[in-house]
Order: sequence, then structure tokens, then C-alpha cells
Amino acid sequence: MTQATKKETPLTLDVFTAGIWKENPVFVMMLGLCPTLAVTNSVLNSLAMGIASIFVLVCSNALVSALRHFIPKQVRITTYIIIIATFVTLVDYIIQAVSLDLYNKLGAFIQLIVVNCLILGRAEAYASKHSFTKSVVSALGMGLGFTLALVMLGSVRELLGAGQLLGYQVFSTQFEPWVVMILPPGGFIVLGSWLLLINYLEQRKTGQLIAADSASQCAVKAESFS
Amino acid sequence: MNPESLSFIFLSAFLINNFVLAMFLGLCPFVGVSAKRDTAFNMSLATTFVMFVSSTCSYGINLVLTTFDLEFLRLISYIALIASSVQLVEMVLKKFSPALFRALGIFLPLITTNCAILGVALFQTAREYDFLQSVSFSLGAGAGFGLAIVLMAGLREKLELSNLPNITQAAALSMMLAGILSLTFMGFAGLGGANA
Repeated sequence: MTQATKKETPLTLDVFTAGIWKENPVFVMMLGLCPTLAVTNSVLNSLAMGIASIFVLVCSNALVSALRHFIPKQVRITTYIIIIATFVTLVDYIIQAVSLDLYNKLGAFIQLIVVNCLILGRAEAYASKHSFTKSVVSALGMGLGFTLALVMLGSVRELLGAGQLLGYQVFSTQFEPWVVMILPPGGFIVLGSWLLLINYLEQRKTGQLIAADSASQCAVKAESFS
Repeated sequence: MNPESLSFIFLSAFLINNFVLAMFLGLCPFVGVSAKRDTAFNMSLATTFVMFVSSTCSYGINLVLTTFDLEFLRLISYIALIASSVQLVEMVLKKFSPALFRALGIFLPLITTNCAILGVALFQTAREYDFLQSVSFSLGAGAGFGLAIVLMAGLREKLELSNLPNITQAAALSMMLAGILSLTFMGFAGLGGANA
């Protein structure tokens, strides 16, 4: 506990931005996949889920960080889970009060934020070792990154699956919606495609274009599956 | 088929609404532990057992909570219950099968954050299953989780021998595979109402 406070580096913008792209929870760390895939069949659902997750993430990380010197090491995971569950219960009731329609759409996945590994993972890996402000800033960054990923998935799925974006018709009525995109397989395939694209861009940046041809083939294959 | 019957509940959780491929629950172990078939199989056994224990206990807890009007404590008590049943499985395995205990390693405590298990408890409460229905639901969910993860592990073992482009490394290809598996499982929707 004492060495944790000793090596406190100053708060930089990096702490905030790391979570948004460089260590994006979904695309890079592959954490919190269940809500990512389950609720992203429309942009609105994705946004709501993202905001709920940001709230839980920031509040629980703040509390964990504030209490980090008082929580005995042996029971820390249980303590974190209880803290997270408390905030999730709060969110659950808030959403129910604000919009019953949204509550019914998201269903059990609001309560399942408790077991979102991203939140527990950040509490254990970051908030339990860093100061209060830093934990809050980092949690905010992570949460924004998570929301960004959710919206990226949700917009593709809603656009292709329903021809709409945020409920507004984008394509003409002639457009035949790719229903599979809204159904479960679409979630896996869209996430896989984003990961392929990100891997490809990453590789191009580092100048290792060994497998460019087979890569584009793979992308074509992915498209034809959907 | 009667949607309330035990066999239908089992079948629905096992195939039609497969927990991993149709409801997106328990994806972390699905991606994390599916590299080898043996480990995947053992993982699914442990998960099924925890599901069974926590489902039966949460049925009891829910009865107590509703009697005293304490529904807002449901989430917290369920998660505490799951954490302790994982602890129980850990102790049982350590005593009776140290080899399996070592093989599962870090993934055993991680069962706590497997959303499939909390999902079973929450769904059975939401659907107001009685005791036998809950048991059948949890066993079906466990079997479905096992089926999905073992199928995935089999596919990934084959993939290791094939020549893959660089960008499909890590999780990208697993996600694509899962998408195709999920498409296949949609075929089971014909077995009965998909909204069960």
C-alpha cells in the first residue's frame, strides 16, 4: 500500500486518452464483450449502455480508489464486486424511472453490468493502485472508449440491419435490410470486421504489409457471409 | 410443445437460445479459454456446476427476499452467492482433483465474473420459474455453454495448423468464427418459439 503512493506519477492527458483509443477496452483489451455485442443493435441502445457503464465505472473506481488503503487485500475482489453491484442497482432504478421503454429494451443487460469484466478489471488493475483524481480521469477515458466502441458497432449494425441511423431513415425504401446484422450473428461479424480493419491499419502504420493480399480477400469473405 | 415443460426449457437454453451464441452471455471465457479442447471441456464442467449451485441457491434467496420485500438487494445477494459458490468449487476441486485444479488455473476464480451465471439467476427470476424449472434451465444453459465452447475450441485447434494472414491474429478471427457458429445455431430456432 505504501509503495503505491510513493511512485505516483503526475496526472497527464495520457491517462485520459489511453482508454479512448490506444488501450480501448473493446478493440484492444477485449474486455466487456457481452454487453458490447448484446445491446448494440441500434445506436440509441449503444449510447444508453455506454452512459450507464461510464456512470458505474467512474463511481466505482472513485470509491475503490478512495478506500484503497482500508480494503484488506484478501477480500478485495468481493469488496469491489459489492461496490459495483451497489452502483449498478442505482443505475437500474434510475433508467427504470427515466425511460421504461429503454429499460425494457436493454432488459437484463443493465443488471449484467455487474459482471462486466472491464469494470472489475479497472478497479483491480488501476483504481486500487492510483490516486483518486487519476482513477476518476482514467475511468472516464475508459468509459468513453467503451462507449465509442459500442457506438461504432451499433451504427454499422443499425445502418445495415435496418437502413436507419438513430431512428432516421438513411437509405431509400428500396433498400433491403440485412436482417442478420441485427440478429446475434451480426454482432460477432461486425466486431470481427472492425478488429480486422483495426489490425490492418495498425500493420500498415508499422510498415509490415506482408499479408495485404490475403487480408483483402478475408475482408471480402467477411462481407459475403453477412 | 408446452413452453413451460421441463424438457422445453432445457432444450431452449441448450440450443434455441444458446447462452453464448444467441444471448451473448459468457463471452470472456468463450474467447479466453477456447484455445484447447480439454481445457474448454473442463471449464464447461466447472461452469455448469457453479451454474447449478447458484441457480438452486438463488431460487431460495429470491423466496426470502420477496417475503421480506427486499427485491432491491437481489443483485448484490446473487453476486455474493456466486462468488461463494465459486469458492466452494475451488475448494472441492483442490481436495479431490488437484490435476484439474491446476489445469484450470486462473480461469477458475474468473468464473465469478462470467455473466452467463448471473444471467441464469436473473433470467429465472424474471421468468418466475419454479424450482424444477430453474434446475432444468440452469442445466440446459450449462450444457449450451459447454457445447459452444467445445465446438469453438475444436475449430481453433484446426486453425492453428492452417496458414493465416497476419491481420487475423488474436481475436478477429475468433469473432468471425463465432459469427458463423451463431448463424448455424439460428437454424435451431425452428425447434420452437424463438422468444422462449
